[in-house]
Amino acid sequence: MDFTRRSILMTSAAIAANVVDPFKAFAQETPRRGGVFGVHYGAEQRQLNPSLQASTGVYIIGGKIQEPLVDLDAKGQPVGVLAESWEAAPDGKTITFKLRKGVTWHDGQPFTSADVQFTAMEMWKKILNYGTTLQLFLTAVDTPDPHTAIFRYERPMPLNLLLRALPDLGYVSARHLYEGKGDIRNNPVNLAPVGTGPFKFVAYERGQHIIADRNPNYWRDNAPYLDRIIWRVITDRSAAAAQLEAGQLHYSPFSGLTISDMARLSQDKRFIVSTKGNEGNARTNTIEFNFRRKELADIRVRRAIAHALDIPFFIENFLGDFAKRGTGPIPSVSTDFYPADNGPQYPFDKALAVKLLDEAGYKPGAGGTRFSLRLTPAPWGEDISLFSTFIQQSLAQVGIKVDIVRVDGGGFLKSVYNDWDFDLATGWHQYRNDPAVSTTVWYRSGQPKGAPWTNQWDWKDEAIDKIIDDAATEVDPAKRKALYGEFVRKVNTELPIWTPIEQIFVTTISAKARNHSNTPRWGSSSWHDLWLAE
Amino acid sequence: MRILTLAGRRLAASIPTLLLILIGIFLLLQFAPGDTVDAMMAQMGGGDAKLAEELRRFYGLDLSTAERLGQYLWRLVRFDLGHSAIYGKPVASVIVERLPATLLLMVSALSFAFFAGIVFGVLAARDVNRWQDTLISTLGLIFYATPSFWFGLMAIVVFSVHLQWLPAGDFEDIGAGLTGFARTLDIARHLILPTLTLGLIYLAIYLRLMRGAMLEVLNLDFVRTARSKGLDETRVITRHVLRNALLPMVTLIGLQAGTMLGGSVVVESVFSLPGLGRLAYESVIQRDLNTLLGIVFVSALLVIVVNFIVDLLYARLDPRIAPEG
Repeated sequence: MDFTRRSILMTSAAIAANVVDPFKAFAQETPRRGGVFGVHYGAEQRQLNPSLQASTGVYIIGGKIQEPLVDLDAKGQPVGVLAESWEAAPDGKTITFKLRKGVTWHDGQPFTSADVQFTAMEMWKKILNYGTTLQLFLTAVDTPDPHTAIFRYERPMPLNLLLRALPDLGYVSARHLYEGKGDIRNNPVNLAPVGTGPFKFVAYERGQHIIADRNPNYWRDNAPYLDRIIWRVITDRSAAAAQLEAGQLHYSPFSGLTISDMARLSQDKRFIVSTKGNEGNARTNTIEFNFRRKELADIRVRRAIAHALDIPFFIENFLGDFAKRGTGPIPSVSTDFYPADNGPQYPFDKALAVKLLDEAGYKPGAGGTRFSLRLTPAPWGEDISLFSTFIQQSLAQVGIKVDIVRVDGGGFLKSVYNDWDFDLATGWHQYRNDPAVSTTVWYRSGQPKGAPWTNQWDWKDEAIDKIIDDAATEVDPAKRKALYGEFVRKVNTELPIWTPIEQIFVTTISAKARNHSNTPRWGSSSWHDLWLAE
Repeated sequence: MRILTLAGRRLAASIPTLLLILIGIFLLLQFAPGDTVDAMMAQMGGGDAKLAEELRRFYGLDLSTAERLGQYLWRLVRFDLGHSAIYGKPVASVIVERLPATLLLMVSALSFAFFAGIVFGVLAARDVNRWQDTLISTLGLIFYATPSFWFGLMAIVVFSVHLQWLPAGDFEDIGAGLTGFARTLDIARHLILPTLTLGLIYLAIYLRLMRGAMLEVLNLDFVRTARSKGLDETRVITRHVLRNALLPMVTLIGLQAGTMLGGSVVVESVFSLPGLGRLAYESVIQRDLNTLLGIVFVSALLVIVVNFIVDLLYARLDPRIAPEG
């Protein structure tokens, strides 16, 4: 581990310097037209239509071809894409979008409010993951004219929530390619997407590559600059790093390389390695407690576990500059919701952990062991695997024996969320710009069994449930923020889930790329202004 | 005609085996936690329980294991490999797309290993216990002991990243739009490193086997006779020894055609080749039972075909082994 540690620490300064410099230095250059941009694509998806699946694996391709109603600008504020403006009625039950005129689909048909209506009612409300929750109370989308879409809700929908959710959950599909063409999920268009975006789909060779070319009729003047984007399917992380160095690739998104390769390439002048442009893809490392275990239902035991882990030590030695100490369910990059006071934190204190466990009545037995727990780590990411070993070793120091149960993705979801067959679980929570999109379901009681990434820990707190429900329909942004502040403090006090580490995905990109990483969800965005210098 | 009868009998005999393998894999995969919908949810990054239930119905996962196995076998009888949940198209066409890369890789790696193994094995046996033998045997040991993913990555670092002689991955140049002979050359260029990576371990095996077989045959009486007739050493080796020493090599080819698919998972991942090995790996991770069973079916067929060809080769090399025998 010494090697990893040193190489990461030595690069810390280089990364910091990169973040400041390259983005400004080239601001004066004139954009160059042309060029082929090679993208590392790590895990193939079943389909490429972002109106049907909310995940970075789909946005990284579909987000260049299809467009959402709204995206986020450089400051993280909502900015219109297919929608030009919006307005909410005071009761929060009607939200009107004025749509962009003169936009055509890649097959030449005009884009109209009928497309928005169809996508919202048939895709977002019925199929899209997280969309079904977000649009649960959407009753209709009215289309008084081709460029107006009026969303009608049964319960108040905070405009702020909708606008922060739409960059991910607001991609529009062409009605004429789906309506009356059988099962939407099985439509072949899903694998050869047609959109209004800057790039037109050309070809998809499974297991090899996906190609999209410049859309000559794109509605933004002079955009895009690139001739072509090629996504290369490379499942082996080290092979991807080698292809970057061999010049076959320009960009590896979302921490797609190994931690040591990212540290190495950050010292190479041909590349920029940074977390910039991924602020909208913040994630926390979590520890989930199964409350069905009587030991874990005791708050003293949960607090003891938190105090037993030396998180700064772990971050410094294993994650380097790519991570920092987490403070609660809402990560610090969330400018709109991060509270001034996060409530109790749990600094490393082994003596206190021992004291809490003694108080709870779990005295050390034979060999110093108080009790044993099974820890199920999620299989995504090296950091989770390292963290699970770190938990095991740290808890052994205070007398808790931990057995690690390693399974793959499907197995993880089944044992944790379907069978409740775990004591401790550790994985990531991805924050999606507004706590109501995917955060509060981790804490709200009464979630149906088998729903992944929801409260399946058997934890119930009526006060927190009420805050969650109130905040989801609170139309006043200031009041919403205050409610979520209270939510964070209560959660950190009760500790149903601990969020000790905060991370942002790491981008590795060729130094020739310009106008990259300039929005908080850049990897998912349309790349209409991206260009390659000679 | 005799060969056709033999082929028919062989094929008929392998059908029960194939069936047992398929049922075995089907049942084994039931023990893996989670199904294709769980894997899908993991990939999507979440969704609600209602959606999961709907998807399970959509993919026919709400039925019992026995019902699904029955359905699968019934489809197989009608030569229908089913529908792939990952790819959203028939398994047969998914496999047909992936087969060329794997076949090319397997054939080139096996023939490289086989012929280079013969050459090095003969050289080592001829100069047994001299420096040539030591050098070749040591190299063979190194090749055998090196994990192929490591060798592949090092080959990429040296030949692609530093020297920039060969491409670091992919099956062919995507943007170039080559056709005909130029395309063939391009694919061949892309296959050099994967072939070496996959072939070196097998080369080491063949080399040792060939060396051993040669040494054994060299001590037999008919070789002594040939030498005493006054034939020169090269003629003795090519005419008398080689043919007899080849038999164990050919046996091994038949056995290794099957294991090679396993090795190609690693090589295909390292070099981003669109082959069956990686597809098999993906379908396990994604719990895509239909695709996995389809691959097992096709690779079992492959092994059967290769073994059949090996049988024919036997007869050619040693007339005492008749096809009926």
